Amino acid sequence: MRLVAPETVTFTQSGFCPGCGHGLAVRLIAEVMEEMELSEKLLAIVDVACGSLNIDSWRFDTIMAAHGRPIATAVGVKKVRPENPVMAYIGDGAAYSIGMAETMHTAIRNDNVVAIVINNSLYGMTGGQCAPTSLPGQITTSTPKGKDPKKAGMPFRVDQAFTGLDIAYLARGSMADAKGMMQSKKYIKKAFEKHMRGEGFCLVELLSPCPTNLNMTPVKSVERIKNEMIPFFPLGEFKDKKEEE
Amino acid sequence: MAKVLLKGNEALAEAALAAGCRFYSGYPITPQTEILEYLSWRMEEVGGEFIQAESELAGINMVLGAAAAGARALTTSSGPGFSLKQEGISYLVAADLPAVIVDVMRIGTGLGDIAQGQGDYWQLTRGGGHGDYHTLVLAPASVQENADMMAEAFDLAEKYRHPVLIASDAAIGQMIEAVEIPEFKEHDINKFDWTIKGCKKGTEQRKIQNVYYTHPDYEGYLTEKYRQMEQEQRYETVQVEDAELVLVAYGISSRVCRETVEIAREEGLKLGLIRPITLWPFPVKAFEEAKAARAFLTVEMNILGQMMDDVKLAVGSGYPVDHYGSIFEIPESDGIIAKAKEMLKKEGK
Amino acid sequence: MAKKEIICAGFGGQGVLTAGMLLINAGMEQDKNVLFYPSYGSEMRGGTAKCTVKISDGLIASPISKQPDILFTMNTPAIDKFEERLKPGGLLLVNSSIVPEDRTYREDIKVVKVPATDIAAEVANPKGANLVMLGALAAHSDLFSVEYMETAIVSFFEKKGKGKFNEKNVACYRRGVEGK
Repeated sequence: MRLVAPETVTFTQSGFCPGCGHGLAVRLIAEVMEEMELSEKLLAIVDVACGSLNIDSWRFDTIMAAHGRPIATAVGVKKVRPENPVMAYIGDGAAYSIGMAETMHTAIRNDNVVAIVINNSLYGMTGGQCAPTSLPGQITTSTPKGKDPKKAGMPFRVDQAFTGLDIAYLARGSMADAKGMMQSKKYIKKAFEKHMRGEGFCLVELLSPCPTNLNMTPVKSVERIKNEMIPFFPLGEFKDKKEEE
Repeated sequence: MAKVLLKGNEALAEAALAAGCRFYSGYPITPQTEILEYLSWRMEEVGGEFIQAESELAGINMVLGAAAAGARALTTSSGPGFSLKQEGISYLVAADLPAVIVDVMRIGTGLGDIAQGQGDYWQLTRGGGHGDYHTLVLAPASVQENADMMAEAFDLAEKYRHPVLIASDAAIGQMIEAVEIPEFKEHDINKFDWTIKGCKKGTEQRKIQNVYYTHPDYEGYLTEKYRQMEQEQRYETVQVEDAELVLVAYGISSRVCRETVEIAREEGLKLGLIRPITLWPFPVKAFEEAKAARAFLTVEMNILGQMMDDVKLAVGSGYPVDHYGSIFEIPESDGIIAKAKEMLKKEGK
Repeated sequence: MAKKEIICAGFGGQGVLTAGMLLINAGMEQDKNVLFYPSYGSEMRGGTAKCTVKISDGLIASPISKQPDILFTMNTPAIDKFEERLKPGGLLLVNSSIVPEDRTYREDIKVVKVPATDIAAEVANPKGANLVMLGALAAHSDLFSVEYMETAIVSFFEKKGKGKFNEKNVACYRRGVEGK
């Protein structure tokens, strides 16, 4: 890994907590854009939650959209500027809870946009409430006795739910260690390559640490990804539609 | 261009294209569905993008994206569906984005009914979504005006970088009249620098977000923006100068009232009409013409007389203001005249 | 003719709405103000077709006709529903092919009976029953002259790219003018 951050990563006003995964994701995306020479073209749409801080962390033209709606907003952008790469950058609450209809229908239509979904298994900006991705027994501020799957269901797995849809690409990476990050970057790059070829909807989920809301040290929170999250959220590529298909 | 016969909804859709609109995203709901259906085939012919969205929520947020990318973007709905768009409208306002949103009004609260109605005056003029805002609201009263107001709405939206609403209604949307579609104009998506297009190295990044975050004097900026928008009052008056009682009506009701004034005056009853064309800003200037008025009567197709609030603010406390409501049905002149006589009789005491 | 209000009603498929469109098209081409108001939404489900047509030299106010000058009916339910509303002295056009002969009508209106469905079948233009009725309408009202209405019908279908049917359409229309 290089020691110099891409020119598009500014962090001048970034307000991420120590150990947060968003900064890592920003760096991976920015590196991919630089390698693909898309830095001056990317149009980004962020959600209102923690990911919204990216508007000041990178130097891409960016829309801060309504909670849960960035993928729909991205569809609108792409239709108007089909030559530009268009990316919705959102959390798991936006993608799989309040914005599930938008995520699902963009996938059903196989609209040509990239969705990067940061899965930290909780709602970060609002202080750590239970999310559709929270693990069984996970203590959150809205499940103080631990998430009860009988009431709240099992963690939502996009790889199980979306692979039956006619989409271009679906993958899950981890940001818990260097190996995971290199793999995640490959997934992100592949998604943008397919996107630039006009293949359709590409969703890359990234397992991400949130030490603040898990009440853990940064180190513990990445260990949690490896030991507790990955068993529920397997890594890999789940859909990789060939161009000619 | 020669006149053609078109449904109000279709004329509005065609005129949007003429005004350079090349992005539409909507969801079916009676009585606006013809706009969606028309654009489903016609948008493609002019090289634009049409999406039938999964919901009104998705629809308005696609419009937000298209507007940020520089397109003249449109979405349309009716009462219940329009409520769902309010979140997105609030975001459009906050981010200083132009777009046109049409409400082909129907009647009632909750599901209400698809029957003719003007049920959304409050939701259109009071902001509707969360926060501090108003939007310009234009109210057409004929198929021709449905067509003519589209270009005006887009121009105003761009002038103020603000969403503009069209308050159409079921009757105007469903009726067919002879209409002349305005000439087609091209719209350049790169016309404005603020639209997102990709950030060149060494240039300023474009951020489409709540202006609150970026504006050094947010309060001053907004106050001035609304002060300017408030000057955009548009209205028509019919024999208001010597009228003893002034009717106030917009949209389809105003057409009936125009006839009501004529009929009443044949009987010697001096009625006049103020027809707001902008519902927000409410045309308070028009009321200066009402020099002989003793009372004001709004004619609206809803139960509570939603526009009475604005008329009361415009005329002050010295005048009685009442409401002639007709739900499910379009108001009729004889009923309006009877109500006007009753009001004047009470005033005579 | 300063202002005329017409209600057209019948079964779906009888060409009731087309008749309404033919009337406002004829009006528009004479630079009159015209308005056509259909039923919409759930009102139009269930097999009936209805529209209100207004043609006027002056501005048209409401799309609703409380008291029409002319009733253009193609079946019995349409008469049941709208006869009462017809202006005293107004014109009621009845499709006598399917409306019982012994039906009685208001005394203060003019009733014109035309076997429109039969005539259309005789001309081998089963979809032309509405044009037979329009012929009767032209002959029995001062809305448009018989000749002008015919020209307007022909140009309407030509504009729609359906000019090849005009010979039979005109045949239907003229039989309607004759009333038999």
